[in-house]
Parts: sequence; C-alpha cells; structure tokens
Amino acid sequence: MLEVQNLTKRYGDIVAVQNLSFSAKQGQILGFLGPNGAGKTTTMRILTGFLPASGGSAKVAGFDVFTESAEVRRRIGYLPENPPLYADMTTDAYLRFVARIKGMARDTIEEATDRAVNTCGLERVRHRLLGHLSKGFRQRAGLAQALIHDPQVLVLDEPTIGLDPVQIREIRALVRQLAGERTVILSTHILPEVSQICEKVVIINEGQMVLEEDMDTLTRDATLEDVFLRSISKETADPTTEEPA
Amino acid sequence: MRNALTIASREIRSYFVSPIAYVVLTGYLLLAGWFFFNLLARFNMLLTIYSAQQNPEVLMRLNLNEFVIAPLLHNLSVVLVILVPVITMRTLSEEKKTGTYELLLTSPLRISEIVLGKFLGAALFVGLMVLLTGIYPLILLLYGNPEITVVLSGYLGLLLLATSFVAIGILTSSFTENQIIAAVTCMVSLLLLYVISWPADDAGDTIGGLLRYVSLTEHFAQFAKGIIDSKDLVYFGTVIGLALFLTHRSVESIRWR
Repeated sequence: MLEVQNLTKRYGDIVAVQNLSFSAKQGQILGFLGPNGAGKTTTMRILTGFLPASGGSAKVAGFDVFTESAEVRRRIGYLPENPPLYADMTTDAYLRFVARIKGMARDTIEEATDRAVNTCGLERVRHRLLGHLSKGFRQRAGLAQALIHDPQVLVLDEPTIGLDPVQIREIRALVRQLAGERTVILSTHILPEVSQICEKVVIINEGQMVLEEDMDTLTRDATLEDVFLRSISKETADPTTEEPA
Repeated sequence: MRNALTIASREIRSYFVSPIAYVVLTGYLLLAGWFFFNLLARFNMLLTIYSAQQNPEVLMRLNLNEFVIAPLLHNLSVVLVILVPVITMRTLSEEKKTGTYELLLTSPLRISEIVLGKFLGAALFVGLMVLLTGIYPLILLLYGNPEITVVLSGYLGLLLLATSFVAIGILTSSFTENQIIAAVTCMVSLLLLYVISWPADDAGDTIGGLLRYVSLTEHFAQFAKGIIDSKDLVYFGTVIGLALFLTHRSVESIRWR
C-alpha cells in the first residue's frame, strides 16, 4: 500500500531526509517516530505530494508520488500538524468544500459530509464557525477533512498534539476505528500512544532511518521507550563512549 | 473548471463574511460620491459662468462626458490602485499562513485551477465594486444627456483596468505569507505602472513609445475617451495573462525548490 525507497530531501545544503526506506501494508497503522526536527513532517509532506523529493521514490496505493501525483492525491487523506481550516467557514460548509476539491461526485457529497461528521463526533458544531471551535473540535474537523473522500491511505501529523487527556483518548480511539481497511501513518513523539495503537514502528533521527520493526517483535523484551532512546542515541553518540547495553 | 469555480465561490463567500470587504466597498462608493458631487458642482458653475457671458462656442464644448464622467473614471482608477491590493493581499498569503495551502496543494487540483479560482473570486468582487459606482453616470443619464456609448466604453476600460490590478495583486500575494508585504508590493507595482510613462515625452521615440505602451493609464485613457481599440484590449489581456502565468509559476515553485 505504501512503499518508500531511498527517499532524500535537501533544502539547499541542509539534508532533511536521507535514504529513507520503509513500507506499510494495507490496514496497518504505522507509527512514525523521531525527535523534533528528525524529518517526520518533511517525509509526510513528500508522501502527500506537497513537496517534491530530491531523490528516491515513493509509491502510495501503487501510484508513484512524483509521476502520478494527482492519482496519489486522490487516494490520500492528510492531516497536517496544524489542521488546515478556514476560520470563516462553518464545519458543514468546510467539509462540503473539501469534498468538492477532492473531486467527489456531486451526489455523493451530502452523504460523505454526514458520514465524516458522525465519525468524528462533530454533530454539535456542524453549523458553527471553525474559528470559534475549541482545539479538540478543530482537530476533529481536521480529521474529518482528511477522511471525507474515503482515502486508502491516511497521513496524520501529530494528531494528538496540544489536546487534553480525554481528547487524546478520543482521537486515539478514532484513529483505531478508522484504520480497518485503510493504511494509517501516524507521526508523534508520544510513545505510549504508539504502543497502544500502532502495529508497526519506524524511527528516524536526523533524517536517517534507525529502525523499522513490527510492534510485537519490538516490545517483546523492552519497552518502546527504551527502544526509542537506545536507537536515537546510537546515532548521535560517539560509539566509544556508549554504555554497554 | 468546476474546481476553479468551487474555489472562486468559496473566495467570494469569504469576502462577504469579513469586514474588510464591506469597509473597502463602502469607502470606494463614498469616495466616488464625493468625486461625482464635486465634478458636477464645477460643471454647473462653468455652465452658469459661460451662459452669463453668452459665449455659444464655449458652451458647445462643455459636455458631461468630458467634464464629469471622464474625470470621475480617472479618479476612480486611482483609488483602485490603493484598494485592490487590500482585496487581493489575502488570496494566497493567508492560505500559506494558516496552513490551508497544504490542503489545496495536496488535493487533486491543478495549480491552474487554484490560481484561476482565486483570480475569478477577487475579480468578481472588484467588478461588483466598480459596477456599483455606475449609479452616478446613471443619474446623469436620467437628468442629462451624456453620450451613453462613451460611458459604456469608459466602464469597460475601468473593469479591464481593475481586473489587471487583481491579477497583479494575486501574483504579489503568491510571493509571501505576509499580507502586508503582499499589499505593499502590489500597490508599488501598480503605482509604478501608472506613472511609468511620465518621462516618455523626453525619452525619444523608441523608449518613450515603449514606456507609453507599458503604462496602464495610457491604455485606460483611450477607453475613457470612448475609443475601444483592439490594441488596448490586447494590452490588458496580456497583462492579465502574464500575471496569472507568473502566479502559476510562483505557486508551482514549491515543487522545484
């Protein structure tokens, strides 16, 4: 469903992502981890066709992100770190607008809007302006936007950041429910979140891949936190001073 | 095309829920009314003076088109230089700032559809603004006898001028996520295009001619005189086309930077 091969992105002299390769199967929830500035957002922007890569290739649902960008964009739902909402629109009008620009047929838009509203628990705020919504509802509206056209792949960039514990739990449940047939890539640095909902983990650090593993094998004899800290310190610390594991 | 219309209609709706649109619209009509009142008062005064002098030759030359409508149109065009940038500054800048740019660019839209939609939305709004000032020539038509064809050609010119301003405004808005920078860049560019023909008289035939050709005012003045020349239509078409093409490149540049 998702295949990334030797993906590289340079901004001038700065290398943001280097030789990244990983894959995810249909229906899998992939946890995409790394410290701040590791290149998670850049990678997601490349996968969604927002940014081009400097090298390597990526395939989403069998289509190449670079040569068949429009096909990929039709099949992908993306929630950026800041939900892309128009503050001056109501939830309903906004979702209808998104459905239209995602290329949905006119007669399916009504139903899709209802479905997205119900799935994300937005019934109460359907007719309110997005700019007046609380952070939790804005995040849900962002999620509703990402899944309104029933995409095969969902890309979520830190979906729970800035939410309170109750909201975090709700969003988490929502993501798990959304997975089903879909492939979900979820970036975060909240580790318990990953161990609870993800089936596969990819860890990157300073733009480089440090680990790709199924959750079951990974946490058989260590917690995710240990694995995470060990794998990112291995990359940065001088090997001679490293403490024996 | 359907996508461009979707974007345009969202754009127009957002104008009418923001106070900026109403402030600009009211301000424009207020100024237009003030210009109209003063030009008409002056015309009236001239008329009184020359009829008292019983000078039929001068009286023949006093007409509403030349003394009221043409100067009104020129004043309105100058105000557009200041107000259009305020309307267009947010078109792409705001999307960049709030992150909705990511939504647009990761949707299966063509960049041309995004640019065209933004352009249509802003152009329709500014067009409405210009047409609403048509009430003043309408008053003249009811109570006087201006040449209606000259009025119509003047308004066609003003609409074309306004549309060109919009295209340039969208271009400057695509450069930055800061709305103030977008507005100022646009205003300066428009002013420059407005006054670029000033040294034309002393600059010799080739350069002078070129400066006159580039100047927005020179082409607009033809319409205000009642002359619709294909040369001027081509000029405005070129300005709009070029600005939109450059906007397309500017939006696309995120893909090759």
